[in-house]
Amino acid sequence: MSYLKPLFRHPKLPKNKLGYTQKEYEGSLSTLCAGCGHDSISAAIVQACFEMSVEPHKVAKISGIGCSSKTPTYFLGNSHGFNSVHGRMPSVATGASMANKDMVYFGVSGDGDSASIGMGQFVHVIRRNLNMVYIVMNNGCYGLTKGQDSATADQGSRSKAGSVNPFQAIDLASLAIELGATFVAQSFSGDKQQLVPLIKAAMHHKGFAFLNVISPCVTFNNNPGSTKSYDYVREHIEATSTLDFVPEMPEIKTNYEKGKSTRVAMHDGTLIQLNKLATDWNPEDRVSVANALQHARTKNEILTGLLYVNTEWKDLHGTLSTCSTPLNKLKEDKLCPGTEALKEINAGYR
Amino acid sequence: MTKAVNDFIIRFANVNGTGSASANYLFAKAIFRMGIPVTPKNIFPSNIQGLPTWYEVRVSEKGYLGRREGIDILVSVNPQSMAQDVKSVKPGGYFMYDSTKKLPAPYFREDIHYLGVPMMEMSNEAFSDPRKRQLLKNIIYVGALAKLLNMDYSEIEKLVGEQFEGKQQLIDANIQALKLGMDYVEANFQYPLNFHLERRNLIKDKILVDGNTACGLGAVYGGATVMAWYPITPSTSVAEAFEHYCEEYRTDPETGEKRFAIIQAEDELAAMGMVIGANWNGARGFTATSGPGVSLMNEFLGLAYFAEVPAVLVDVQRTGPSTGMPTRTQQSDILLAAYASHGDTKHVLLFPATPHECFEMTAESFDLAERLQTPIMVMTDLDLGMNDHISEPFHWDQKRKYDRGKVLNAEELEHIGRFGRYLDVDGDGIPYRTYPGTHPTKGSFFTRGTSRDEYAAYTEDGAAYKRNMDRLMLKWETAKKIVPKAHLYQKENKSEVGILFYGTSTFSAEEAKDIMEYNEIMVDAIRIKAFPFGEEVVQFIHSHSTVFVIEQNRDAQLRSMMIMELDTNPAKLIPILNYDGMPITADAIKNQILKHLNLENTQHHELSKTAL
Repeated sequence: MSYLKPLFRHPKLPKNKLGYTQKEYEGSLSTLCAGCGHDSISAAIVQACFEMSVEPHKVAKISGIGCSSKTPTYFLGNSHGFNSVHGRMPSVATGASMANKDMVYFGVSGDGDSASIGMGQFVHVIRRNLNMVYIVMNNGCYGLTKGQDSATADQGSRSKAGSVNPFQAIDLASLAIELGATFVAQSFSGDKQQLVPLIKAAMHHKGFAFLNVISPCVTFNNNPGSTKSYDYVREHIEATSTLDFVPEMPEIKTNYEKGKSTRVAMHDGTLIQLNKLATDWNPEDRVSVANALQHARTKNEILTGLLYVNTEWKDLHGTLSTCSTPLNKLKEDKLCPGTEALKEINAGYR
Repeated sequence: MTKAVNDFIIRFANVNGTGSASANYLFAKAIFRMGIPVTPKNIFPSNIQGLPTWYEVRVSEKGYLGRREGIDILVSVNPQSMAQDVKSVKPGGYFMYDSTKKLPAPYFREDIHYLGVPMMEMSNEAFSDPRKRQLLKNIIYVGALAKLLNMDYSEIEKLVGEQFEGKQQLIDANIQALKLGMDYVEANFQYPLNFHLERRNLIKDKILVDGNTACGLGAVYGGATVMAWYPITPSTSVAEAFEHYCEEYRTDPETGEKRFAIIQAEDELAAMGMVIGANWNGARGFTATSGPGVSLMNEFLGLAYFAEVPAVLVDVQRTGPSTGMPTRTQQSDILLAAYASHGDTKHVLLFPATPHECFEMTAESFDLAERLQTPIMVMTDLDLGMNDHISEPFHWDQKRKYDRGKVLNAEELEHIGRFGRYLDVDGDGIPYRTYPGTHPTKGSFFTRGTSRDEYAAYTEDGAAYKRNMDRLMLKWETAKKIVPKAHLYQKENKSEVGILFYGTSTFSAEEAKDIMEYNEIMVDAIRIKAFPFGEEVVQFIHSHSTVFVIEQNRDAQLRSMMIMELDTNPAKLIPILNYDGMPITADAIKNQILKHLNLENTQHHELSKTAL
């Protein structure tokens, strides 16, 4: 168990635009191990939703199976959640999104759930550019079955029991970019300052927003020799940018040096301002991003920040030209062609 | 020579991918338009082009729609299968062939008639385009048959006009080909043959359509908005029909906006996941697949059962196991579907027998799925799904409303106190649910495949788990009362022997019953329309000493389910089976039943007390 939540709340807790305190965005008590990176990510989601004044019931949380997939119980307690089956979260999220386009969909998955059993669905949900936030809480191991290597464990990484992983790692961020994901970010569960604005920006992205968050497993993969331990990640992290998410701001007052900063306008009029740290990198150019990731890998660096964003491509609803009313709100009058039409149809088969 | 008016079987032997399907359909549809009951069946290979394919048309004045053994007329346009085709003709029957090439001597039989028509030669002379020559060769044999069988030429002409509306050149070419065939017969043969047609008025307002089209249309009428599917024979045309009718009736003519979403998924697992996600979020979603797809969907079916999410699956069954015979029919997914997924699970199945029922049951399945909050599987098959059948027309009551089941809205949530997603408030085992996004602070819950208590909180408490499993059984009892009732063929029992059947075994079972009655062997009959079995099924079995269970699989799957689910003696349920991939015939049913009864007579004297 991570921590205990006091029931008492100070009456003067800050409230957001909707009049909710952060409490309205929390979930039940986490049953993950104390110090688990996943709890930090849950907390970042809570903070992002609170600060953005998202109506909690307009969010749906969907997950697969594993430690990461348990977390939707631990945030946004006033939202519907669906802990589905292993590796199949993307399909459930796809169906849910088709039913109601007016909600925010949080998909939570892990490295086992996405990079192994759910690889097929991960790949195809990207292809369709489903409008959702897809977070992989990536710890390089199967925590819930006691620490086996996962497909994102780096080659040569040492497990707690001392064995060395002989296989190449699947790099989910590179893969997502290769597949045409329209928003790809990478972060570290221990870096809330970076993670919170990334989650906010992801929620505003109309399309598939992928966040690969390195999230150390304190129990099974935090040992010397592991490349997903807190110590290793802190030493090898390399930020591409610092990022500000600027909701509904017509004018940006902060000064930025040309060539070092870039702004990306989202569909809903919000802006992302990126202060670039890597020089030869352009977040709207897939080739540049793919190169930056490859270079970082050769140097054993973990590149974080918003890596790539594309606001041009249609999301799945756009591709399918679905009507503006959510499909789950349509009634008989809009769905059933009626008896007269059926008479004509019958006549066509005579 | 005996005359057979409106009662014969004609089989066309073609090469797959040569355009024969539309010519053969033209032939069958013209008979339908002459008011005569007709059943065409496509017997096709798992191949796109090149392998043998057959099209069998049964004409039956008495209206029997099942398959019958024995071919009276064979139209041979495929040299590959000619040896076997010649053998398949009944003594006294006809073998029509393309006499452009001389028929090899071994293919001559003393006991059948030969009708050589130089189809290719005539087509080559009349048409220059190679593709047209190929296609119109098929129309030439339709023309020849029109004369030989006394078909109403005006009906054929009309159909050609409808098919190629607006394309006068094609109409002219087809008419020319038809006339070539007709003229050749007039000049060379005596006509009509002893097998021939006479106009009747037996069709009334019935329609000729395949079951998959009916399922797709039923889903449109039933209010499905999300369809996720993965291509698989023989179910693909369900998705195509759904899309076709959605495009026509659910697309805004001005904006082009669509009131539906169709996704071709990456596999059947994802297809079912999407269906569950959509239904969880308050839309009516469905998928269509066949046995191999149902195998893959087992995981999600278990989730939907346990987490109580509505879902609709149309299973167009084909011959299993594994890849089996993908283009042949069977009723062999019944057990798999009924108990799909690990753990204690049971699923509601519907068994349509006609396109009319495919339409009606698919539409109804959405009501049942939402009422019962569980997957509903519509168990059709390749024979029903992909072949045209004469059927009652589709029917829809304009006043009909969808039954969306027990769903709480925001206002109701304000007034009910604590919401328990899995709380049995009404005592029928069906709890209340909420859609995501209903209320800012009330009614949210966590859906999961793990055990939970009445308030949807995760629990490993054995007592809570058991309460939940018992409630699911109570819900199953509720299902028995609301699924379609079995059809009884008699008001009161007339015999101690009964026959029981479902789905596409119906046509041949009814015909077998008639044949037996003609021979003064009386049997009672019941047609199952759903699983779980209702009280009327229990009564039927209990009130007969022997019940023949007719089905199209090796393991007598429905019989097994009856033994498992009903308090009945297995010895009284006698399996009558057919599992060669072809639709079951009345003769096969009758012969198996008679064989069994004779055996019984020699062993058990008490059976002589029955009406038999």
